[in-house]
Amino acid sequence: MKYVDDKKFQTRMTIRMLINKIAKLMFFLATIIGLVVLVILIYRVYTQSIGWIDWQFLTGKLSTKAEKAGIFGALLGTLWLMAVVAPITMILGVGTAIYLEEYAKKGRIHSFIQTNINNLAGVPSIVFGILGLTIFVRGLHLGAIILSGGLTMSLLVLPIVVVASQEAIRSVPQFLREASYGMGATKWQTISKVVLPASIPGILTGVILALSRAIGETAPLVVIGIPALILPFPDSLLDKFTVLPMQIYYWTIDSALVDEYANLAAATIVILLLALFVMNSIAVIIRNKFQKRY
Amino acid sequence: MENDIDQQKSTTITIRQIIEKNKHSSMNLSRIKERLMPIILFTIALISILTTAGILLTLIFETIEFFKAVPFLDFFTGTKLKPLGADPKFGVLPLLTGTLLSSAIAMFVAIPIGLMTAIYLSEYASDNARRVLKPILEVLAGIPTIVYGFFAFTFVTPLLRSFIPSLEPTNILSPGLVMGIMIIPMVASLSEDAMSSVPNALREGALALGATKLEVTWKVIIPAAFSGIIASFVLGISRAIGETMIVTIASGSSKNFTFDITQSMQTMTAYIVEVTGGEAAAGTTLYYSLYAVAMTLFFFTFLMNLLAQYISRRFREEY
Repeated sequence: MKYVDDKKFQTRMTIRMLINKIAKLMFFLATIIGLVVLVILIYRVYTQSIGWIDWQFLTGKLSTKAEKAGIFGALLGTLWLMAVVAPITMILGVGTAIYLEEYAKKGRIHSFIQTNINNLAGVPSIVFGILGLTIFVRGLHLGAIILSGGLTMSLLVLPIVVVASQEAIRSVPQFLREASYGMGATKWQTISKVVLPASIPGILTGVILALSRAIGETAPLVVIGIPALILPFPDSLLDKFTVLPMQIYYWTIDSALVDEYANLAAATIVILLLALFVMNSIAVIIRNKFQKRY
Repeated sequence: MENDIDQQKSTTITIRQIIEKNKHSSMNLSRIKERLMPIILFTIALISILTTAGILLTLIFETIEFFKAVPFLDFFTGTKLKPLGADPKFGVLPLLTGTLLSSAIAMFVAIPIGLMTAIYLSEYASDNARRVLKPILEVLAGIPTIVYGFFAFTFVTPLLRSFIPSLEPTNILSPGLVMGIMIIPMVASLSEDAMSSVPNALREGALALGATKLEVTWKVIIPAAFSGIIASFVLGISRAIGETMIVTIASGSSKNFTFDITQSMQTMTAYIVEVTGGEAAAGTTLYYSLYAVAMTLFFFTFLMNLLAQYISRRFREEY
């Protein structure tokens, strides 16, 4: 008596193997779709920007005339924004992380703050824009200036810095802390002289990633009301400003009226993507070069 | 001898004196620091709580003002949205359908492709392939949404119009598709995390029983990682609901109550952009409608985030 019909077994096996191969191919193709879209997107933007990125474009003032328009003001605005966001998120983010990791007892307050930070990370950016509009722009009567834009953006990216700093602080091994206590150092001395220096690479990586999120965000700034055409260059925290993504936004929606605006938008996108690429590369270099493994 | 001991005694005393002296000069400051730092850091940690409170309070207060002017039921069941004009109508349904449709289209793209990408990366790909593909996904995730908006408006819509001539220049289909592409990396990386945390023993057990890789994935890995995978879908939906720039640019601003995806529609986020862009005077119903819509938006995304947290906590398989 035969328990296994050889022929049946063979055909079934072949079919199962075949299905597995087909599925593997499908999974691979699905993974490739992302790559294909990325290539098309970058190719499209690049070809549209050819001939538009020149010295005059980088250093000129905004203009309604496409040939004369430059993005120097938006570049300055983006730099100003980073100058506000970087220190604020660094102090607030690292402070919160130190408190949560080193001081807070694992209990109700700790998990409340932690859950709250996780939830904040999921709030749509436009809602932060409304918060900024209500509190900074209208409540404190600041208007759509660098300070209010920077504060709004800081609150938006704060969770990124907190979480990255927490991970960096957590990865500092316990024996370093104990060695420091063993030498007679106090808690704060241990944190400021041992834990923080050891976690600086992780913290910096987090801050850079947060900054690259901040300079690419548009929605909160649209909501706080940055106008389409700002001619003077900003030179203090209280000046009105515009940033690269805002310029992309206005040129894109107006490209239905003036075709060349699409080229200006593409050229600005190239500059923005280059800036993001540089920042992310720096983050990767810091992560690979300075991150010690204990 | 006597003299020696005396001298030793005096040196000991001098060292102790030095220590005492130092204690007084420097310990005071550092003792204050030691007490003060936890308090300062706690205050800083409270800022995140204050932000949430700020968001909730501003939304709630202004929304209450709005519902003084427009009845609650009219807002949630009204199919007409005409914020300007002599007889303004504030029905949120056109915005809700816009948001729902664009998110549905996005998830229609992001769920299958994201899941398949996750399966490939976690179960099939060699280490080398993973090393190349994962950074590409990260780049895709790092592209600002405004760039996707530009891409949808200037490339995807014209491309789609050559297939579907009846497609309007601004429509909900094109931003929905592009939003789906944008969400793929998120779904893929979260699902992949869930799948690669399934212990290898389960994989090897199933393979040893003669299952093919596909059967292992389908009957062992996906059921074991199910909670994480569903949570990634829910977070993707939340992201799609809150996405602003792509829909603002590419889906237009017509406030029709329709389910026709080839037409121009407005989402909740795009409405907020339009109203704030128009500099609505504070105190008008139009101005308050901003907060009512934002509150609805916040409520939906918050619900989705809570749901995702609940799913991944409640249904997690522990090994």
